[in-house]
Amino acid sequence: MKPFTLLTPATVEEAVALFGQHKETARYMAGGTDVIVKVKEGWMGPDYLINLKKIPGLNDLHKNEATGELSIGALVTHAMLEQSLLIRNAYPIIYDAVSNIGSLQVRNMGTIGGNLINAVPSADGAIPLIALDGTALLVGPDGERSVMVKDLFVKPYETVLTPGEILTRITIPAQVPRTGSAYIKFGRRAAMELPLIGIGVLLVVDEDLSTCTRARICLGVAGPTPLRAVKAEQMLEGQPVTSDLLTGAGKLAAEESQVRDSVRGQAWHRKEMIRVQVRRMGLRCLDIINQKARQA
Amino acid sequence: MTKTISFILNGDEISCDIQDHWTLLHLLREELGLIGTKEGCGNGECGACTVIVDQLAVNSCLYLAADVQGKQVQTIEGLAVHTGSLHPIQQSFVDNGGIQCGFCTPGMIMSAKALLDKDPKADQEAVKHALAGNICRCTGYVQILDSVAAAGRQMAKNQGEGAAAAKDPGTITQQSMNKKAGEVIT
Ligand SMILES: Cc1cc2nc3c(=O)[nH]c(=O)nc-3n(C[C@H](O)[C@H](O)[C@H](O)COP(=O)(O)OP(=O)(O)OC[C@H]3O[C@@H](n4cnc5c(N)ncnc54)[C@H](O)[C@@H]3O)c2cc1C
Ligand code: FES
Ligand code: FES
Repeated sequence: MKPFTLLTPATVEEAVALFGQHKETARYMAGGTDVIVKVKEGWMGPDYLINLKKIPGLNDLHKNEATGELSIGALVTHAMLEQSLLIRNAYPIIYDAVSNIGSLQVRNMGTIGGNLINAVPSADGAIPLIALDGTALLVGPDGERSVMVKDLFVKPYETVLTPGEILTRITIPAQVPRTGSAYIKFGRRAAMELPLIGIGVLLVVDEDLSTCTRARICLGVAGPTPLRAVKAEQMLEGQPVTSDLLTGAGKLAAEESQVRDSVRGQAWHRKEMIRVQVRRMGLRCLDIINQKARQA
Repeated sequence: MTKTISFILNGDEISCDIQDHWTLLHLLREELGLIGTKEGCGNGECGACTVIVDQLAVNSCLYLAADVQGKQVQTIEGLAVHTGSLHPIQQSFVDNGGIQCGFCTPGMIMSAKALLDKDPKADQEAVKHALAGNICRCTGYVQILDSVAAAGRQMAKNQGEGAAAAKDPGTITQQSMNKKAGEVIT
């Protein structure tokens, strides 16, 4: 591995200043599960790695009980999310997505922020945060700004972050009652495999437990960036959600997707799986909603 | 850049000079001579390099040595006691045929230990989930799952005895002997 100097700032401001000093010879590092692989393989060769792990507060995970807003620090690991009861109970789509990223060893190191900023079309962690209308908080040399997670991605390996910007946390607005959400990493095997296709669905229904008031259908490996199948979402909104309607939405989502043939899978197969899995995930959302309604 | 770090390795406090770009795997094998931890892929894919840092199983091939500063690191060398008595997980792998060529074994055992230390009663699904990042080319995994299940039963039993012995300080239990696992066997 090409030698580098490891810098360990104690605050976000210090990290940004270090980046300003070293510019493109520096690279931020969170869990390192992407960065270290790339340095080892010679795909990148930074002179400085700026280690974000020692900055207090960046791995904070909490829900503001007053506002209902969930805040996920960028340095929260996939394992922390997987093991959080709050996530498991209230945000099943996040649990579904992170619990099958890589292996437990990878999840113990890899962070949600690194997963987003790495910006691969297959990023399992991105799909639920898009479906939940998450917002990314960025801090850089020119101050702070926020960007919807869905608008973070430009193309593979590229985000809207400007040089030196750090993702500090992701916030998820309060969930309305009667929300159900689910994700499936579809492939030959969930662990230690990138998904052939990733499908996340979130549904909110009216008090009749049937009429859809909000739908999110988010797809991974279905285009150059994680994306939303907006037409399919619109097909569901305002309608009573039935298995047939979900089948229709699945078809439309498959058409809207920009799936390709690749070494890992063929476009036609990916489309078929979107069609099938949008329906299945939609039905799972309804199950979750009904189960909660029975408990209430 | 060279820096000095100190951390706890298999129960012993140690301090050593490292380079920033060294992985923990490099530090353990090449500098400290602890060659029980294996390098398979070097990229997080195989689990052969698994060690436990602050109770969490990690791939030492991707973990920077600098990051163990102030932490507790356990490697396969820390499991058996110097009298030669194996840790229950090691003994179980021997008894249940969980080892063939042995290359994956240190990683498998460390992944299993991270799980069973928290939950010796982990069911088979939980064991599979925790071991999914450890690849074995020999056994076909069935014997490994059997080994972990049997080890879990033994560890749960030892814990029970440990709790009983806590009330009766006269008894030395297997578990309290294993606690002395600090001595490094190379
Ligand atoms: C064996 C293996 C299996 C994997 N399996 C999966 C999988 O199934 N699904 C999946 O989605 N991913 C997978 N990954 C990829 C990777 O583990 C995840 O993307 C992980 O979440 C990356 O997080 P990290 O903290 O390790 O990122 P790092 O490697 O530390 O960083 C990744 C990138 O983000 C930048 N960065 C990190 N944090 C910040 C921040 N806060 N602000 C600004 N920039 C930042 C870094 O500069 C770098 O460019 C796998 C990786 C390995 C090695
Ligand atoms: S050597 Fe580390 S995972 Fe293969
Ligand atoms: S025993 Fe040979 S790789 Fe597992």
